[in-house]
Amino acid sequence: MIATSFTPMASLVGGALIGLSAVLLMWAKGRVAGVSGIAARLFPPYEDGEFAGRLAFVAGLVAAPVLVRLTTGSLPPQTIEAGTAILIVGGLLTGFGSVWGSGCTSGHGVCGLSRLSTRSLVATVTFMAAGMATVFVMRHWS
Amino acid sequence: MAILVQFVIGLIFGLGLIVSGMSDPAKVLNFLDVGGIPAGTWDASLAFVMAGAVAVTFIGFKRVLRRARPFFAERFFLPTRSDIDLRIVAGPAIFGIGWGLAGFCPGPALTALGFGSSSAFIFVAAMCAGMVLARFVTHLPSLTRVVAPADPLET
Repeated sequence: MIATSFTPMASLVGGALIGLSAVLLMWAKGRVAGVSGIAARLFPPYEDGEFAGRLAFVAGLVAAPVLVRLTTGSLPPQTIEAGTAILIVGGLLTGFGSVWGSGCTSGHGVCGLSRLSTRSLVATVTFMAAGMATVFVMRHWS
Repeated sequence: MAILVQFVIGLIFGLGLIVSGMSDPAKVLNFLDVGGIPAGTWDASLAFVMAGAVAVTFIGFKRVLRRARPFFAERFFLPTRSDIDLRIVAGPAIFGIGWGLAGFCPGPALTALGFGSSSAFIFVAAMCAGMVLARFVTHLPSLTRVVAPADPLET
């Protein structure tokens, strides 16, 4: 594992930006800023005419580090320890579970909790617990 | 115009992920590693990301939802379900395992594409395959009778 430093202020500010984004999407389009739902609907079946808007949102997500690099000349650390097999299995489970469970960290964890949704609370507690259990097994059982 | 606005909204989301540190899987895994608390390697930062995001969204949603309609849409699309079924537990449990394996949830994984890392591309490709599979499974007529149908407005 790689040690990371505790960054409460930066994390709070970054979190507030994520919240601002969620509020702006509700203001503009009246929709929940759930990344898994937005990304999944870039693939068929298409149920509404919102494809271009969703693609623009995802393009914004991808463009953020590009903008940071252009304006500051560097990027914060990003350390991916997982090997190819873990990345593939992790990606499959993340994609399947978040869509089958109607949301991920943003849809349930940020928007759902903010709306005091019981379903989102159950989902958030579950994925937090499952994530913690998985890391525990990976790091402390081997 | 609405498309451009949604690009900027996605950009703000991505900047939030970068500023907060969530774009770094090592930081995410160190937060999920509660077994690291005794050794002092636990990184509590992500709790602050959640706190900041929920605080702003909680207040902001209240104000926005007082409006008659969204700026670029006819109405608000809000999830209405409140029942606890198998999928609302099993789905997040599966997602949580994937999250704990690689340290990526969907938002940071997409933002990681802009960092240019090949690992992120592998993860996102697999994630998209999982998403397509989940939608295929939920649309199977034989399953929609057994499992409650997906709420198209949720997420």
